[in-house]
Amino acid sequence: MSHNLGSTRARSRAAAIQVRGLRKSFGDHVVLDGIDLDVAEGTVFSLLGANGAGKTTTVRILSTLTAPDSGGVRVNGHDLFRDADSVRRAIAVTGQFSAVDDLLTGMENVVLMADLRHLPKDEGRRRAAELLERLDLAEAAGKPTSTYSGGMKRRLDLAMTLIGDPKIIFLDEPTAGLDPRSRRTMWAIVRDLVAQGVTILLTTQYLEEADQLADRIAVLDRGGLVAEGTPAELKRLVPGGHVILQFAEVGALESAARTFHSAVPDADALTLLVPCDAGVASLRALLGRLEAESIEVASLSVHSPDLDDVFLALTGSEEPKVVAR
Amino acid sequence: MNSVSNTMRDAMTMLRRQVVHTIRYPVILMIAGIPVILLLLFVYVFGGTMGAGLAGGTGGRGVYLAYVLPGILLMTVAMGAQGTAISVSMDMTQGIVARFRTMAISRGAVLSGHVAISMIQQGIGVALVVGAALLIGFRSTTGPIQWLGAVGVLAMVALAVTWLSVACGLVTNSVEMASNLPMPLMLLPFLGSGFVPTATLPVAMRWFAEYQPFTPIIETLRGLLVGTPIGASAWVAMAWCLAITAVGYLWSVRLYGRERPS
Repeated sequence: MSHNLGSTRARSRAAAIQVRGLRKSFGDHVVLDGIDLDVAEGTVFSLLGANGAGKTTTVRILSTLTAPDSGGVRVNGHDLFRDADSVRRAIAVTGQFSAVDDLLTGMENVVLMADLRHLPKDEGRRRAAELLERLDLAEAAGKPTSTYSGGMKRRLDLAMTLIGDPKIIFLDEPTAGLDPRSRRTMWAIVRDLVAQGVTILLTTQYLEEADQLADRIAVLDRGGLVAEGTPAELKRLVPGGHVILQFAEVGALESAARTFHSAVPDADALTLLVPCDAGVASLRALLGRLEAESIEVASLSVHSPDLDDVFLALTGSEEPKVVAR
Repeated sequence: MNSVSNTMRDAMTMLRRQVVHTIRYPVILMIAGIPVILLLLFVYVFGGTMGAGLAGGTGGRGVYLAYVLPGILLMTVAMGAQGTAISVSMDMTQGIVARFRTMAISRGAVLSGHVAISMIQQGIGVALVVGAALLIGFRSTTGPIQWLGAVGVLAMVALAVTWLSVACGLVTNSVEMASNLPMPLMLLPFLGSGFVPTATLPVAMRWFAEYQPFTPIIETLRGLLVGTPIGASAWVAMAWCLAITAVGYLWSVRLYGRERPS
């Protein structure tokens, strides 16, 4: 089953990445089973999928680290197989695991990249200092990166990715393992880059992240694309969210259950699950009805559709292998 | 900039990275002191007896010092090469090398950085051993030109065994294996003319000793340091060095270019 929700906006721009029939197996384990991708210049394209869906393998192939078994790939107009060095000059990668040199300082790491990108010496040092400042690492610039926290290493990794002014950036799960504040910083940086015309291919396990950043999302499941479209288009495919109401006593739960007919009560936990699209208007209406019926609610939590819902909707009954947050 | 100057620039960048590594993590330099201990052991523990068997039975500790120095110098180079295999193998497990591979850097630059720093470390080791030998009474009977020749021979050997060790560091996925693969290089001076004249060895071993690469290298070094006859050894030694360098380099570049599991 495949949902291709073509939208005209992305198609009208030049393609930064073009993938046709990409296949890769390790032994008899098929990792990518013929995928097609079109990423327009200056957009964020998100590959959404669970662990083992083939996201990292896709990034490794597109960034020239792994050779595919078959398929056609053009990156920034260059053929990946015939002109890998031209592809390498146009791209930069920030992977799941930080690729920094632990024995060097933050500054030395970024300057190393500037030198390898053949920037003039002075310009390289000036740009490195600017980037470290922008990524909030100016203070730590002179310390060895072995003393950095996970979030700092990820930002340094990004500074090393950005120094060559790459046209296309691959971000492989850039926020995995980051605290919420670092995650927001990363998102702000991504938005900033796209505003400057950079193309970004981002992989993530989190629908929320794809929703926040991506112009288009492709859902990868067991090596194949099961859906592709804008975030809004994808969300129409998944069931809505829900609100969980927590009560202090059983009477309130019972009267609430009578008020919301489609709700699912849990008498032991004293909770009621009310289907609700989690929009402000629907929430206000829900609270209004509780108020009108004078029902006391101890607390409530709002649940947006998550990756589980997307998988269930797109891949049928089979459970996804990952727990989305 | 053309591709040759880019390659040079990338290699220099990688060498600077290795120099900083060595300064921040100087364990490798401590290894350079080990051959000095070997020199002292051989001269003071075995030297009296071994020397008695040299120079027609009239030699002593001093004669053995002159005899054993080329072998110890080769062991110095071989130990440096073992360090190279370890540091290459460790480096390949770092995420940053995967990053290098996604960049338009000349293929050999990362490895050249390792080779260059290794040669520098081996140079320091050789200087320490020669310094110690002079302190305990070694006197060369040859002139500065021969000394320059000896430096050249050692540099050629170092280049050869270092490229071979780079390949050893790349061919295995574990640092432990990488540290053991160049081990035969340490043993070869023993199975040659490094510590005793080959004429005193059992027949089968003598045959091996006379044809293995370290024997002509040791004979050439010995000739350049103390004036023993060199003969054809110099040419054989050079041919061996060039051949080992070529094999090590081509093997290394091929291994570096190969796909590795993530």
